[in-house]
Amino acid sequence: MNPSSAHSRASGTPGKEGLPLSRGRTGHIIAVSSVTLVADPAGALYWSEQGLLAVADLHLEKGSSFAARGVLLPPYDTAATLARLARLVTHYAPRCVIALGDSFHDGGGPARLADTDREGLRIMQRGREWIWITGNHDPEPATGIGGSFTGALTLGALTFRHLPTGAAGEISGHLHPVARVSHRGRAVSRRCFAADATRMVMPAFGEFTGGLNVRDAMFADLFGTLTFMAHLLGEDRLYAFAVKRCLPD
Amino acid sequence: MEPARNLLDIRSLLPDFFGHWFASRGWQPRAHQLELLAKARAGRSALLIAPTGGGKTLAGFLPTLVELSERGARGRNLKSTGRALTRSQGLHTLYISPLKALAVDIARNLEIPVREMSLVVRLETRTGDTPASKRQRQRRDPPDILLTTPEQLALLLASADAPYMFSTLKRVVLDELHSLVTSKRGDLLSLALARLFALAPQITTVGLSATVAEPDDLRRFLVPQPPQGKAHADLVVAQAGAQPNVDMLDTEEHLPWAGHSARHALGEIYALIKTHKTTLIFVNTRSQAEFLFQELWGMNDDNLAIALHHGSLDVAQRRRVEDAMAAGKLRAVVCTSSLDLGVDWGDVDLVINVGAPKGCSRLLQRIGRSNHRLDEPSEAVLVPANRFEVLECRAAIDAVAENAQDTPPLRTGALDVLAQHILGRAVGAPFLSDELFAEVRAAAPYAALARTDFDAAVDFVATGGYALKAYERFAKIRQGKDGRWRITHPRVAQRYRMNVGTIVEADMIKVRLVRSRRSGAVVPRGGRILGEVEEYFIETLTVGDTFVFAGEILKYEALVEDEVYVSRTDATDPKVPAYEGGKFPLSTYLAARVRALLAKPEAWHALPEQVREWLEIQRWRSMLPKAGDLLVETFPRAAKYYLVCYPFEGRLAHQTFGMLLTRRLERARLRPLGFVANEYALAVWGLGDVGWRIANGDLSLAQLFDEDMLGDDLEAWLAESALMKRTFRSCAIIAGLIEKRFPGEEKSRRQLTISTDLVYDVLRKHQVDHILLRAARADAATGLLDIKRLGEMLSRIKGRIVHKALDHVSPLSVPVLLEIGRETVYGEASDTLLAEAADELIKEAMG
Repeated sequence: MNPSSAHSRASGTPGKEGLPLSRGRTGHIIAVSSVTLVADPAGALYWSEQGLLAVADLHLEKGSSFAARGVLLPPYDTAATLARLARLVTHYAPRCVIALGDSFHDGGGPARLADTDREGLRIMQRGREWIWITGNHDPEPATGIGGSFTGALTLGALTFRHLPTGAAGEISGHLHPVARVSHRGRAVSRRCFAADATRMVMPAFGEFTGGLNVRDAMFADLFGTLTFMAHLLGEDRLYAFAVKRCLPD
Repeated sequence: MEPARNLLDIRSLLPDFFGHWFASRGWQPRAHQLELLAKARAGRSALLIAPTGGGKTLAGFLPTLVELSERGARGRNLKSTGRALTRSQGLHTLYISPLKALAVDIARNLEIPVREMSLVVRLETRTGDTPASKRQRQRRDPPDILLTTPEQLALLLASADAPYMFSTLKRVVLDELHSLVTSKRGDLLSLALARLFALAPQITTVGLSATVAEPDDLRRFLVPQPPQGKAHADLVVAQAGAQPNVDMLDTEEHLPWAGHSARHALGEIYALIKTHKTTLIFVNTRSQAEFLFQELWGMNDDNLAIALHHGSLDVAQRRRVEDAMAAGKLRAVVCTSSLDLGVDWGDVDLVINVGAPKGCSRLLQRIGRSNHRLDEPSEAVLVPANRFEVLECRAAIDAVAENAQDTPPLRTGALDVLAQHILGRAVGAPFLSDELFAEVRAAAPYAALARTDFDAAVDFVATGGYALKAYERFAKIRQGKDGRWRITHPRVAQRYRMNVGTIVEADMIKVRLVRSRRSGAVVPRGGRILGEVEEYFIETLTVGDTFVFAGEILKYEALVEDEVYVSRTDATDPKVPAYEGGKFPLSTYLAARVRALLAKPEAWHALPEQVREWLEIQRWRSMLPKAGDLLVETFPRAAKYYLVCYPFEGRLAHQTFGMLLTRRLERARLRPLGFVANEYALAVWGLGDVGWRIANGDLSLAQLFDEDMLGDDLEAWLAESALMKRTFRSCAIIAGLIEKRFPGEEKSRRQLTISTDLVYDVLRKHQVDHILLRAARADAATGLLDIKRLGEMLSRIKGRIVHKALDHVSPLSVPVLLEIGRETVYGEASDTLLAEAADELIKEAMG
């Protein structure tokens, strides 16, 4: 556990909107299969050697997906999720962005994307590689959203895929991990990175995504034991707890 | 009241055979019954205020029965012209009750005069239990009198048959109106009434109510409100019954400092049951009811028939208790507010109220459950469970003697209920905005509704009410070329019907009794259902824990899908259930009386010796505040520093106060660690010496307790508050954004809970003025957060804070400090907390 400043680049160069990422925020070094990664408190992962930024479970157009079924959830989720992603992209200026699947809440999502959001996405993609990993919500490649599509991507020691299999070197999503910690009789629940030395499940990045407690049996099955860590997302840093120290729901 | 000479004229309004019927039962028509008949004859709507047992229900129906008896005669004439006799002449009277069971019982009672006078009257009930075929038939061929609930009325109005069905309506009888108007169900009912006024302008209404503080509020509820000014129904007040005999149990035992069990008084309660015919024992929470029932049976050497009744028990079991009660087979029933309303039982000769009475109107209504003959006084005994409750009981007894009332004022109609009604209107028939707006404003709770709010509600129903107009294509209602709003799909109507109503229960889980699991064996299925408990209660348990429910000590075995499996156990010391059904805050009025009593030592002679002594020592060790002052005590204890204050504003307001106060103390670097609140006091403790900082002039109590805490501090807290999120969730369900859950949909349950929290967060970030956030705020002002009351308190104590720095615990603070460990300790859930927890781990690891 060594919370250290991990912003190798882009520090001190706030963009025109005044980047909240620039000052007072700290990333968190997590090594997976000996690869050094920066876990950002916004819920993204940055691999500086590769200039690669990964986010999981954007669930874009979840609001409109519900709306189409008669539940008129607020339509602000897509714009809000993309805005947070845009801030990370500006900050890290990655060569490549990987969206780890379930990027859209349903197959019709890409078609429902508002023009402004589509344009925002296009601007973010300009000048860099963009990889949509397919997920269970969006198993088919879509048109009109740029980028390339693949089921999984292996880079060096790491494999990026949507559904976790527990394999060594795997960075996955799908489970939306959250952890609950109590202290002095009060409890806090936050999204988190769930990781041990050889694999990681990333937190869901989407605005409208709920979560699954890391004490759920799914995680124990995946990691084999309860010896993995939960790195909870705070306002401007991460907080690491042994999962054994976290509370079940 | 009407002078006596009018009474004679009125008596002539009663047909002879009604007079004979009264005489055959050995009764005399009561003055208020005749008066109500005269009001009906004059085409006037009226509010009847009468004590329980005053023949209120018969009074409400008498005009209807008289009219129907006359119409019946005409009906027979019509027969000769070839009309079928069985063809009813349409719905004449609609009766609305807050309880399904009450509607059924009233129907049963009403059949007696109908039968005995051979009236040609068809009366039917319509509740959630009525079979679909009968409901359909009722719409086509309605009875003369229909007895139903506010939800069923809303459903009837949302059908295309409504104009036909209600065109013949003459009268609406609203029972237990005082209880209906205090909730969102009252809002829903007021809107349904407004619709009835539009469909059937000829109707008159009759409200039946217990005594209330502001009868004018209820009088307005009963008649359509004009665009300007106010309209009132007439008022009829029945002669009050004999003054009740209310005593406080003068216990021989040691009076507890804290707690709500009244364990000390069990023997004395049992003795009272033995010396009376039938006793009703009211308590404030379900867990108290369970405890008391259990303990009474533990000492029941005489094998008295003592039963239990509360809202979590299985309906069938509740009905069995009610029937046994009505049949006079029970010696005592331990119950919660589940029996505050309901069927009249003539045989109850004693009411015992265990714990704090909370409000004098509530107490009076409970006392009224005993001895339904007006000329005999009701007998009641109050059993305080701790010392503060002694003060509250004393204040309540004095208030009852003065016949003081403290029912809450009429609500301002909620926007989420309005949204539900608007959808219901579109489901019934296409509507014009202007017409519906005028119609809605005729409902008293919505008389001051702004057009902008109404339009926002329509917009919400149509497309969600979002500033970002993204959902036109998914609209639920849409405006046609004729300007009328209509539903876009039959599915919208279906969903409306599934979700109608304003009662959003906490997620309840069925409790099923199974045999205890042998090690490793599969939990057997298929035992008896004992009732339902809140999901969050079960979440606090671990397998093997024991708790008291349905009068038994049960062991938690497993959670299987949406049921919790429990088994019987021979454990003798259960974990007392922590779940709290039905908590009412201490009424503002009674609180003021308690403060006045504290400030007046010359009135203490009416208090038990033990309590007097306690207050005397407090006066000597610390002080007792004047009636309008707020006493703040500070003292050190066990390496922590305490701040205790005594606002007497009820637990909910104190809880909110505690949340905000700890934020401020945190900012003042006093490092608060937690707080605990009860009905009377709030105690905060921390690592900083708060007394010293005040004495030093370094911390101003006036600033600490300033009203401005309801600004930014409140805002910041609301963003995180679980109570606020729960409030928002029920608004979202009532307004129809999120659907209620139904059996068989259990899989999606948790996901839905999560999403309302997410919706709340997203709306706070992107559209703070959204109608649902406004509805939730309005609820928070009076509901779980009681912000309004906190605000009133902060303004009341301005410049009247008295600080007493002590070097040890004060006698007055003992009760609230004893709650530490029993009650949840609150604090804000924040990053600071995470940081501390993480740092603590580091310290542990690094030495």
